[in-house]
Amino acid sequence: MSEMKKIKNLKEFSTSADRFEGANLLCPGCAHSIIVREVLNATNDDLVLAASTGCLEVCTAVYPYTSWDASWIHIGFENGSTAVAGAEAMYKALKTKGRLKQPDRNPKFVAFGGDGASYDIGFQWISGCMERGHNMMYVVLDNEVYANTGGQRSSSTPIGANATTSPAGRVSYGETKNKKDIVAIMGAHNIPYAAQVAPNKWKDMVKKIQHGMEVDGPVFINAVSPCTTEWKFDPKDTMHLTDLATDTLVFPLYEIIDGHELNITYRPKNVIPVEEYLAAQGRFRHLFKDEYKYLIKEWQERVDANWAYLNRREEARV
Amino acid sequence: MANTGWDEFEIGAMLRTFEGEAGDIAGTLQEDRNYTQNSSFSASVADWRIEKPVFNKDFCIDCQFCWIYCPDISIISRDKKMIGIDMDHCKGCGICVEVCPTNPKSLLMFPEQAEEEVEIANWPAKETKEK
Repeated sequence: MSEMKKIKNLKEFSTSADRFEGANLLCPGCAHSIIVREVLNATNDDLVLAASTGCLEVCTAVYPYTSWDASWIHIGFENGSTAVAGAEAMYKALKTKGRLKQPDRNPKFVAFGGDGASYDIGFQWISGCMERGHNMMYVVLDNEVYANTGGQRSSSTPIGANATTSPAGRVSYGETKNKKDIVAIMGAHNIPYAAQVAPNKWKDMVKKIQHGMEVDGPVFINAVSPCTTEWKFDPKDTMHLTDLATDTLVFPLYEIIDGHELNITYRPKNVIPVEEYLAAQGRFRHLFKDEYKYLIKEWQERVDANWAYLNRREEARV
Repeated sequence: MANTGWDEFEIGAMLRTFEGEAGDIAGTLQEDRNYTQNSSFSASVADWRIEKPVFNKDFCIDCQFCWIYCPDISIISRDKKMIGIDMDHCKGCGICVEVCPTNPKSLLMFPEQAEEEVEIANWPAKETKEK
């Protein structure tokens, strides 16, 4: 067992040697690579990585280039999780047979997927991996839309958002279905660790990633990733949007241990009204018209109810 | 390899990031690595930029916010000090300028054709807060 990388502060963290390269083709200001960097830099161990089809996969493996400095595989839209699970099963088998060439090394198995690949298309595959108990980590880069193919709605798209398959206009206010609560679903698999993270709270994120890499068993991480193209905001405001997402409690940061021990890991000092989060994004612009204003109130009520629910779960340890 | 056309590319082939044996990559800094032409590190996206960040080290407090929040690994930090910007990989998004906490900011965006020395000489003064 190798030692956990010690990261006390940001200065210490900044001595990490990145294993993700620039000149990938992600949009300027994309939060995907910020999240990927924070995950990869959280450990010094070898990495076995996979990605489901999505922005990250398409933009980091454009022939003849690769942006990854570790073993990386892509197969299909749905099976980033099972690709890594297969590699992990083989590693375990070779270890039992004593046929590993470098048995002292302690590789970590991590799969990345967008919200489309995780909430919709690869859902059954991820559920299978969690149920079979592979020693792996699955990280969702949740930008709430199929950004790579032109902004179609996914089951992660929240109510009121304007997406190309649920456009807002005279007839409709955009997406009408509520967002799927993926962390609770994965927590209900009774896996050792499920958590929601945000790239702006890097310390919280690194702590959760390191914990997830240490535990034996499947780990599920949901990371909020503001999308400058589809959420329609200026690229320089990515971190501002992430701050708004965590401080309005639209993306509360919490963890679920063994499926029943819920801990809220970040409580904002000043909770910001959800209206500010909605106002910062072009995809919610139509909500500020008179006929749709009631939706903002509903948004706030929904966010408050979810926060109260999380607090109740934390208290009751269920 | 880099000049092979898409139809000459072997199905299921691997792209190797490093020449020869790659040992402890997590312990090797970028300047010491032996990249192949297949790593996107060898490529450049400098032509994406309309505006570029300019770094004025006089005001920098080495907080490393720009390093952690840079999406393109373009902030070069060595020995806990911010030493410069990798202009081959910077796409000019401006996140580093937004997250810079100093007053005046030690990173500012300027048009791509601006002269770095001139802009640093004319750096804005400290802003005083009006009560």
